[in-house]
Amino acid sequence: MSDEAHEIPLEPERYELRAGPAYWFEVDRRDFFKFLGAGILVVCALKGTRGQESGSGRRSSGEEVPREIGGWLHLGQNGTVTVYTGKVEVGQNIRTSLSQAVAEELVIPVSKVEMVMGDTKLTPYDMGTFGSRTTPTMSPQLRKAAAAARELLIGLAASQWKVDGGRLVAAEGKITDPETKRSVEYAALIKGQELTQTISAEDGLMPAGKWRVQGQSEAKVQGSEFVTGKHRYPSDQKVPEMLHGKILRPAAFGATLASIDTGEAERIPGVTVVHDGNFVGVAAPSTEIAARAIAAIRAEWKVEPQPSNQDLFEYLKKNVAEGDDPTGDGSRYETGAVEKALATAEHRLLQTYTVRYIAHAPLEPRAAVAEWSGDELTVWTGTQRPFGVRSELAEAFRIPEERVRVLMPDTGSAYGGKHTGEAAVEAARLARAAKRPVKLVWTREEEFTWAYFRPAGVIEVSGGVRGDGTLVAWEFHNYNSGSAGIRSYYDVANQRIEFHETRSPLRQGSYRALAATANHFARESFMDELARQVGMDPLEFRRKNLKNERLRAVFEAAAKKFGWGRAKVAGQGFGMGGGFEKAGNVATCAEVAVDRTSGEVKVVRVVTAFECGAIVNPDNLRNQIEGSNIMGLGGALFEAIEFENGKVLNGRFSSYRVPRFSDVPVLETVLLDRKDIPSAGAGECPMIGLAPAIGNAIFDATGVRLRSLPMVPDGLRVA
Amino acid sequence: MAKVTQLNVNGSWRTVDADADASLLVVLRDQLDLTGSKYGCGEGQCGACTVLINGSARRSCITQVGTIGQKQITTIEGLAKGDRLHPVQEAFLAQAAMQCAYCTSGMIMSAVALLKANNNPTEGEIRHFMEGNICRCGTHPRIVAAIRSAAEEMKHS
Repeated sequence: MSDEAHEIPLEPERYELRAGPAYWFEVDRRDFFKFLGAGILVVCALKGTRGQESGSGRRSSGEEVPREIGGWLHLGQNGTVTVYTGKVEVGQNIRTSLSQAVAEELVIPVSKVEMVMGDTKLTPYDMGTFGSRTTPTMSPQLRKAAAAARELLIGLAASQWKVDGGRLVAAEGKITDPETKRSVEYAALIKGQELTQTISAEDGLMPAGKWRVQGQSEAKVQGSEFVTGKHRYPSDQKVPEMLHGKILRPAAFGATLASIDTGEAERIPGVTVVHDGNFVGVAAPSTEIAARAIAAIRAEWKVEPQPSNQDLFEYLKKNVAEGDDPTGDGSRYETGAVEKALATAEHRLLQTYTVRYIAHAPLEPRAAVAEWSGDELTVWTGTQRPFGVRSELAEAFRIPEERVRVLMPDTGSAYGGKHTGEAAVEAARLARAAKRPVKLVWTREEEFTWAYFRPAGVIEVSGGVRGDGTLVAWEFHNYNSGSAGIRSYYDVANQRIEFHETRSPLRQGSYRALAATANHFARESFMDELARQVGMDPLEFRRKNLKNERLRAVFEAAAKKFGWGRAKVAGQGFGMGGGFEKAGNVATCAEVAVDRTSGEVKVVRVVTAFECGAIVNPDNLRNQIEGSNIMGLGGALFEAIEFENGKVLNGRFSSYRVPRFSDVPVLETVLLDRKDIPSAGAGECPMIGLAPAIGNAIFDATGVRLRSLPMVPDGLRVA
Repeated sequence: MAKVTQLNVNGSWRTVDADADASLLVVLRDQLDLTGSKYGCGEGQCGACTVLINGSARRSCITQVGTIGQKQITTIEGLAKGDRLHPVQEAFLAQAAMQCAYCTSGMIMSAVALLKANNNPTEGEIRHFMEGNICRCGTHPRIVAAIRSAAEEMKHS
């Protein structure tokens, strides 16, 4: 069976891939053991290790570990397994599923695995935790490392007993010889030894069909720490002698300081004021005193006129970077002859869709604790890119990266919104001036204003369909919102698809599922519009133009569970949407109820069918799918950043509406477990079908077509 | 300004040094190192800072310490009895009613207050009561299920 969706390359997203400079991991294996104690060390070298191409003239002595490492694992003399990875935990529960992966291959309980994550001193370089990449990339590496450790242990037992290793079995922390019934604990085999093994990322893995730990709904590791309030998030970190920081924010985006008087603030006992260019902040013994000091600063800012959300879409269309593939990232795709196919099609349609800026609003705002020791800097902060933040800090203070350590305690969510290290840099600047550690926690208003937003965008789609429902022409232009998920999985002979880079009036960046949400909203709404024009059932119309078996399977599974095609009552509407993103396949069916008098739109029920290869943790997968749908409700229905002349007007939870308990529909999830396909990440893809499914359902209920996200910030205005 | 020097927190009197208009959340976190109560908005809109005051749910971020007097404050740290978790904490674990879990303390404290006032809430009553608590990860259905199952559990114990 052809699997065309897999042939569509995962396109690098310009708002996401912010690769740091290549990192050369140079450490002698003896240093590892000095730090870890004796035991077994397995290092997973990345494919295409560049050590030999570096031209540095260094010879491989066999004593050095490879320079590009995915992850590493240490099995200590006391039997504890410690796994080191640069990935981080932001609520996706990857700490749990990576522990499962290691426990699986080492045949030990999950509770015996300790994960050290996102600590730039202890873990190998990692670009960051984003793009649903941990499950497909980090998990196999750690599994291979664990499998290699297991084989090494079997080898040790075999030579100790002078038997063939092939007949020995590893289970529950022991190697057993089924013939002699002898067994020995892993820890006893290791005693005093320092064994290193390097494995390559290409080594084989236990097939999903044989999994015993993976594929199970393992509970969140350290769950009791979270329900008792014991876990220390970045904003809960505390070090001795710590001061509290606060920043004076500019009057508007891009504002520059015209004049400043910090005299009164400086006279407050215990307060250190820092004025360095446009940076103005204080460090004080308490948050109250810090706030008082900031209030005592008189500053005048020079503000340039800037666009507002009223002019947003016009602005984006007017500020396109023109030229031949201006982004240079191949974000233009063309096949066949679109104009000719459009001209001869029986049905033609041209529509424009828009999406507004929205905020991630992670419940824990940006936070950091920074501590200097001489010219060495340690920062605890919540970020998806600890190594990226290390680079930011090294750059800001003009010190080598080796002198910066960034630690990432499990953080109060991110959703693509914590790639950057603003709070870390600010806290470190204040700490350097105050000569004491400084903690800085952004206020909610700061997080809404000075982080970055999901890009707004304008999407123009035109299509042509033959009388029998065959799509023959497809043209798709995305202005600004991004290229993720831009390519069509429907089979159309004549296509032109293009992403247009524009100037953005606001600072924009990654957001869970990136532009796939916007592109699927446009594509799947447009498919519904075309189906209505042709006079076909939307599911039938999709089936007719979709060969990809995996996508067809989720559409059919969702439709079946939903009861697609059943009769509806007045005010009720059904809609569907779905697609392919980050190697996952999703289809979503939504039921809405619209009160025509009040304009209230209630999403009543959502059925999601999802397939991402072999399922690692079914309950956590359901949790992610439910969460994607609930988060997606906000952007679909009512979330939008209001801004004017460089200011955010609704940067509070009292004015920026996020989904709450009463907004949540009945959520039903159908999981398709494909043990024959490698596991993909699932934090992003499940949300992309929701907005079009709701929009299509609103049309089904009312005949009103909504082409702008959010769709009903003030309810539905039925003419 | 009048000073507050003592607060009754989790069953014992604790010494603090705060202006009467200081936020209870800041005093709990910065002076008593009880960091289980979280900052999420500072305007009583997200519920991450929820504590019990004489058994009722209160947003500690907008509660001035000067208004508390002799009243008893319970934070997430004071909910378990030794190693024995409160049934609501157990239910949150059993239902996997969390992702990043930053909202969890506030959710649990709100839920405990709800069950104190209404030991058999309907799903609608739960949603209504919990409306002021934000979960950005979207674990709402699991939280509702956890509160329902805790209610059942508490009825039988």
